[in-house]
Amino acid sequence: MQPRFRNWHVQLALLPAWLIVVFAYLGTMVFTVRMSFTSSKGIPIMDDVGLRQYDRLFHTDRWTISVENILIFGLLFILGCLVLGFLLAVFVDRLARFENTLRTIFLYPLAMSFVVTGLVWQWILNPALGLQANVRNWGWTSFTFDWLEQGDRAIYLVAFAGIWQSCGLVMAIMLAGLRGVDQELWKAARIDGIPTWRIYLHIIIPALAPMFITATLLLATAVVRSYDIVVAMTAGGPGISSEVPAKFVIDFLFTRQNIGLATAAATVMLITVLVVLMPWLYLQYFRSAPGARRAA
Amino acid sequence: MSALAELGPASGAAEPAGPKPKRLTAGRLGLYAFLIIAALFFLLPFYVMVITSLKPMSEIRYGNLFGWPAAPTIAAWLKAWASACTGVTCNGIEVGFFNSMKILIPSVILSIAIGAVTGYALSFWRPRGANVLFAVLLLGAFMPYQVFLYPLVRVFSMIYLYSTLICIVIVHTIFGLPVMTLLFRNFYAGIPIDLFKAARVDGGAFWSIFLQLIIPMSTPILIVAVILQITGIWNDFLFGLVFAGRENMPMTVQLNNIVNTTTGEREYNVNMAATILTALVPLVVYFISGRWFVRGIAAGAVKG
Repeated sequence: MQPRFRNWHVQLALLPAWLIVVFAYLGTMVFTVRMSFTSSKGIPIMDDVGLRQYDRLFHTDRWTISVENILIFGLLFILGCLVLGFLLAVFVDRLARFENTLRTIFLYPLAMSFVVTGLVWQWILNPALGLQANVRNWGWTSFTFDWLEQGDRAIYLVAFAGIWQSCGLVMAIMLAGLRGVDQELWKAARIDGIPTWRIYLHIIIPALAPMFITATLLLATAVVRSYDIVVAMTAGGPGISSEVPAKFVIDFLFTRQNIGLATAAATVMLITVLVVLMPWLYLQYFRSAPGARRAA
Repeated sequence: MSALAELGPASGAAEPAGPKPKRLTAGRLGLYAFLIIAALFFLLPFYVMVITSLKPMSEIRYGNLFGWPAAPTIAAWLKAWASACTGVTCNGIEVGFFNSMKILIPSVILSIAIGAVTGYALSFWRPRGANVLFAVLLLGAFMPYQVFLYPLVRVFSMIYLYSTLICIVIVHTIFGLPVMTLLFRNFYAGIPIDLFKAARVDGGAFWSIFLQLIIPMSTPILIVAVILQITGIWNDFLFGLVFAGRENMPMTVQLNNIVNTTTGEREYNVNMAATILTALVPLVVYFISGRWFVRGIAAGAVKG
C-alpha cells in the first residue's frame, strides 16, 4: 500500500514533536552548554574562555551552599516521602476501612502547588505569630521553634513541607503495589509463623522494589527542579542559606545578569542528571528488542 | 473457615477486604492512633489557612494560630480577590485568576492534542526515527528546566513573541509533551494491534483511523490527561514567571508577589485567603475526579 504516501502523513503528524525535540530540547541544550564557555554577562557574547566559568562557579559560596542544600533537601525529602508514604500505605491497607476518606486526606496536598505549600508552611512556622507564638500562649512560655529564621536549619523545614506535599504520591503508588502482592506469599509466610513486621521487611518490600524505584525517580526529578517551594517559603534565606541550584540558575540568568555563570551551573545540573539517568533509561526502555512495539 | 486467609491484609486484588476486626487489640489501637495523627497532620495546614483567612488582623496579632476565630469575617477574602496589592497595582488576585484561565484552556487543549497524535503515530505507525524521537522526549521528562530556559527566551524574543500569551502556551505545550506522549503511547500499546490492522486493511488512512477508531477508544486516557494538565499548568510557577510577561502573570506568580513582596505590615488573613483561592481550581478538580486523579498520578508515574 502506497508506502510513500503513508509515510508522508505520519511524518507530518510528528512534525510538532520533531520541532520541539530538535529545537526546544536538543538545540537549547547545545546552546546552553556553548554559552557556559563564554564570558557573557547581561547579553550573550560568543567568545571562548574555556572552563573559567566553571572554575568561578565552584569558588562561589552561593553555588556550594546551593549544592549542599539540594543534597540535604533531596536526601530528607526522598527518604521522608518513601518511609512515610510506605507506612501510610501499609496502615491504610491493614485498616481496610475508611480507605477513600483517608486516601483523600493524604492526597489532597498533591493537588496544590509548591507555591501554596511553601506559603502555608511559612505562615505556620513563622516564629512571631505562628506555631511558636501559639504554644507560648498555651503556657509553655520558653518554647522555641524558630528554624525558619536560622540559617543552618531553614532547609530542613523546606524538606518537611515538601514531604507533606508529596508523600501522598508515594502512598498511592505503594497502595497499588500492596494490592498486587500475591496472596499466596502471605499464606506461605503465615504457615511458617513469621511475624508480620518481618513479612513486610523481608518479603513485601523486596516485592515492591519496582514501585520504590518509580517513586524515587519521580521524587528525584522533583528535587532537581525544586524552585517554587524555596522561593515561596524562604526566598533562599535567611541570607543565602537555603538557596538551591535551580534558583541559582534563574537568579543569575534573569536578575543578576551573569549568563556565563548561570549556564555553567545549568550544565553542571544537566550532566549530573544525565549521569544518573542514562543507565536507568537504557535498562528500562532500550535493552530488550530494539524497536519492539511493546518494548516498554 | 481458614484463619490464614483472614489474617492476610487484603484478600482481593483490587479491594481492601482485609480482616474484619473482632475486638480491639493493642496493635489495632496503634493502627488507629497512627492513622488519626497522620490525618490530623495532613489536615492541619488547610485548617490553619481557613481559620486565618476568617480572622481580622487584630485577632491574628494575639498569636493564636490554631484558635477558632472569635468573630469570623470574610473581609479578607473580598480584599484578596479584588484589592490586594502586588507592588504598585492593587487589583487583587482576581487578575491572576483570569490570566491563569486564559493560559490554562489553550495550553491544555494544545498539549493534549499534540501528545495524543504523537503517541498514536509512535505506537501504531512506528515511522523511521521513532526510537530517537521517543528517547529524547523521555530524557526531556527528567531534565532540569534550567537547561532550556535561556535559549528559549532568546528565540521567543527574536520572533517578537516573548512575554505574550502565545509564548506561555507554546512553552506549556513544549514541556507537557514528554508526559503526554508517554501517557498516550502506553495506553495505545494496550490496544490490540489487530484492531488497527483491520482498519488498515479496510483502507483507513492515518487521520481517519485516528479520528474514527482511536479517539473514540481514548476517553479514559483523555480524562486522565485533562486532569494531569489542568493541575500541572495551573500550579506552574516557573514558566509563568519567565515567559508569561506582566500582562499575563498567572495566579501562582501573583500570589507569591502578594505574599512575599508587600511592604509594611503583612496581612496574613488576606494572604491565606489568596492562597486558598489559588489552590481552589486544582482542589476542585481533585475532589470531583476522585479515583481518576489517582489513576492520573499512577499513569504520570512514567512507568513505561
